[in-house]
Amino acid sequence: MLDTARKFRKEDISPLSHVEALLDRIRQSDLNAYVTLNGDNALVDAKAAAQSIDRGDEDLLAGLAIAVKDNISTRNLRTTCSSNMLRFFVPPYDAHVIGLLRERGAVILGKTNMDEFAMGSTTTTSAFGPTKNPWDVTKTPGGSSGGSAAAVAAGLCDGALGSDTGGSVRQPASFCGITGLKPTYGSVSRYGLVAFASSLDQIGPMGRSARDVAVLFDAIRGHDPRDSTSIPKRYGRISLDGLDLRGVRIGVPDPFFSEGLSRDVERSVRFAIALFAELGAETVAIDLPHIRYGVAVYYIVATAEASSNLARYDGVRYGLRDTENADLFEMYCETRAQGFGEEVKRRIMLGTYALSAGYYDAYYRKASQVRTLIAEDFRRAFKQCDMIAGPTVPVTAFGLDEMVDDPLGVYLLDTYTIPASLAGIPALSIPCGFGDSGLPVGLQLMAPAFMDELILGAAMTFQDRTRFHEVRP
Amino acid sequence: MSGYEAVIGLEVHAQLLTGSKIFCGCTTAFGLSPNTNTCPVCLGLPGTLPVLNREAVEFGIRLGLALNCTIESRNVFARKNYFYPDLPKGYQITQFESPLCTRGHLDIESGGAPKRIGIRRIHMEEDAGKNIHDESRGRSYIDFNRAGVPLLEIVSEPDMSTSGEAVAYLRELRLILVHLGISDGNMEQGSFRCDANISVRPAGAAGFGTRTELKNMNSFRNVQRALDHEIQRQSAIIDSGSSVVQETLSWNAILGATRPMRSKEESHDYRYFPDPDLVPVVIDEAWTATVRKNLPELPSARRRRFMDLYGLPTYDAEQLTQEPALADYYEQCVSLLDAPKDISNWVMSELTRVMHETGVDVRGLKITPAMLTDLISLVKAGTVSGLAAKDVITEMAATGRNASSIVEELGMAQVSDETELKALILGIIEANPGQVTKYRQGKTQLLGFFVGEAMKASKGRANPKVAGTIIRELLNP
Repeated sequence: MLDTARKFRKEDISPLSHVEALLDRIRQSDLNAYVTLNGDNALVDAKAAAQSIDRGDEDLLAGLAIAVKDNISTRNLRTTCSSNMLRFFVPPYDAHVIGLLRERGAVILGKTNMDEFAMGSTTTTSAFGPTKNPWDVTKTPGGSSGGSAAAVAAGLCDGALGSDTGGSVRQPASFCGITGLKPTYGSVSRYGLVAFASSLDQIGPMGRSARDVAVLFDAIRGHDPRDSTSIPKRYGRISLDGLDLRGVRIGVPDPFFSEGLSRDVERSVRFAIALFAELGAETVAIDLPHIRYGVAVYYIVATAEASSNLARYDGVRYGLRDTENADLFEMYCETRAQGFGEEVKRRIMLGTYALSAGYYDAYYRKASQVRTLIAEDFRRAFKQCDMIAGPTVPVTAFGLDEMVDDPLGVYLLDTYTIPASLAGIPALSIPCGFGDSGLPVGLQLMAPAFMDELILGAAMTFQDRTRFHEVRP
Repeated sequence: MSGYEAVIGLEVHAQLLTGSKIFCGCTTAFGLSPNTNTCPVCLGLPGTLPVLNREAVEFGIRLGLALNCTIESRNVFARKNYFYPDLPKGYQITQFESPLCTRGHLDIESGGAPKRIGIRRIHMEEDAGKNIHDESRGRSYIDFNRAGVPLLEIVSEPDMSTSGEAVAYLRELRLILVHLGISDGNMEQGSFRCDANISVRPAGAAGFGTRTELKNMNSFRNVQRALDHEIQRQSAIIDSGSSVVQETLSWNAILGATRPMRSKEESHDYRYFPDPDLVPVVIDEAWTATVRKNLPELPSARRRRFMDLYGLPTYDAEQLTQEPALADYYEQCVSLLDAPKDISNWVMSELTRVMHETGVDVRGLKITPAMLTDLISLVKAGTVSGLAAKDVITEMAATGRNASSIVEELGMAQVSDETELKALILGIIEANPGQVTKYRQGKTQLLGFFVGEAMKASKGRANPKVAGTIIRELLNP
């Protein structure tokens, strides 16, 4: 991405021809990474960026082509959440992050495929069909931001935005061999991000390198008064110099290396941690006693919030409406029966149950309390270390049809990504090797809230010493 | 049924007069064309988020202080989940476990004695849109202009035992809202809405009977009728040996009866949980203190002051404090002319009449306090008769001109000149020989007849006192 920005200035390539070439490649691609292309509008924007660069615009983002997950609202550009419910929904407004990117001259290339309403880890629950992993088209790219991850890995964009609720940026980044950040909760505005689980959702940048991700993150973070959970804080520019790792304490949590972790993933992750040590970091064993409840807590909190967040899709104002029934109640039932897929329905049911009279205390309230304990675990751990390292996902990408009938098994794959989501802390996945089947492995780095730059800097230094992020499918 | 007493608790929803809606920047203006006062946030479009309007919180604190409540320092918003077409997000943002205000009270009068009604809680929430049904075409429409307008829900303790007490509570609560400048208290337009929980029990008993909930009472009169009807209905049920069913009833003002609402509309599990899109609002001592310092005089205090300071009867004090603007107007008049009771009479009768006739309230009135007191001074000085002054004030209201210029132009100045009046009265005596004879034979009550004729002949300008003296002189030589 940064190379492309440099090429724009050396004039051996113009943003217009660059975007044209990308659009052609996307149209020829059979990965199904995109749901909707911004087509002619992208070309108009690219032309404007070209003129701006000619006039001396130094902004790195000018003319770069960004792929946007299809749950981020784009004005006059269809935003479907990969759901039949919103198959024809064209929003009248831009998400906060989209406004920021446009201001910087970035070109919105198109909207990427995802698990329906971001519910899933495989991009197979999309109403537009699954996205394929560029490393092996029989495998899942991960999810729910699978379209964005595949687009970055396959060179079908310069960078991308995803969203992460329990791992939806990091897990597909890991499966597709790219870099993806789930920022500190509250550092990127959620205004315009179609809500799945409001207390967990964060928009995250995805790119080929930690520097690409840092440049995108720099552009999208910042306080937004339209999001009450956005933290009123002023941020400086993110350094692209990399972090001097000497004396940095890296926590290695036991529970991240327990049963369920496949040997090839462990090997690559251990190698990465050893490399950090070689670069001067100090490794510390840490304990996170409550994270074993993470998956259970997550699937109560996230589904409860989702059951409420998705209530607005009722056929009354926008989106799909069943027109066969004159009765209001029947219209509601039919609209939601037709509009939502199996996984979305499953989670709405789970969440509705968790909030029901008589169950609220046992489920939602209890889960919220345990969530506080998990956040406490991290606070304690960060007294002993500056950042935490471990695997992003216990496995490498699996077959597209492999886990269709095993929703619980898919939920358990989120074991390592969920804790940072529950605690609201930043977490990054970077490529750190390849598994037995030649598929990428991801290393996850976590830091205290608002220390996103620390893990980005560590990742830059790591990537200066390794070539995993440069290998192309 | 005489052996029963009612137990009544009220829930009031008051729309607030904040500049914008509670979670977005749309206005709270009433009466705009449908769906023009909306935005992506109050329409609940995918991806939009609420941002709390702190003015709504401030208004809530104001009411809480006026009703002697505890202001809770940590305020959490919750989602109340249910499906209804007028509810854009499929949930209403409200307060559940932690209301803004708790444990207050409001004093009313019942049968001449003071009675204290407990306030259980006051919480903030957003209003829904409005469903409009076109029965003739079998279609329904929704207007979302109202969606997101801030509401305060005021929940009383079940401390009222008659419909009269309930209405007294509602009237006083409405008055307080209006005096605080936080609501217009308009029941017909729905900015002041009331539901009631009511049960009956043998007089003097300690326990509670089974209660019903009454909805759809859109005036004080209907609240009274509905409660009386329900007290009678429940008493009759118990007398007949059956038991009251706990249910929600809708008052039908035309039938003068209550009807059960469909059970589907009442059997909800609202699945309340804290709204993750909003952060808790912390109200510190300083904020409460500032609001307390700026609290206006409450209607009860103002009534007392009007009686003590201006020597007004209770009735006058109550009438003049119905609207804060009217009370302000009255006080401005009193500051210009030291005649509190005369001014009170004028404000309650003639000024109120011309406001009705011209269809304006006191704020839109063309007669300033100075203009009114000038007119009253002219009457007191005998320059204008009380009768003629009624025409003068009508003209003032229509044109905004001051009293003396109208009096001058229309020649309405009172005639007190004896020579002029004598000539007029001699004419009347000549024209009514029969009445003159009767008077002279001792029927002196006919004096009034002659004064009346003199007023008629002078088009109301004759000074009746002077005219009376002259008539007496002429008829009793």
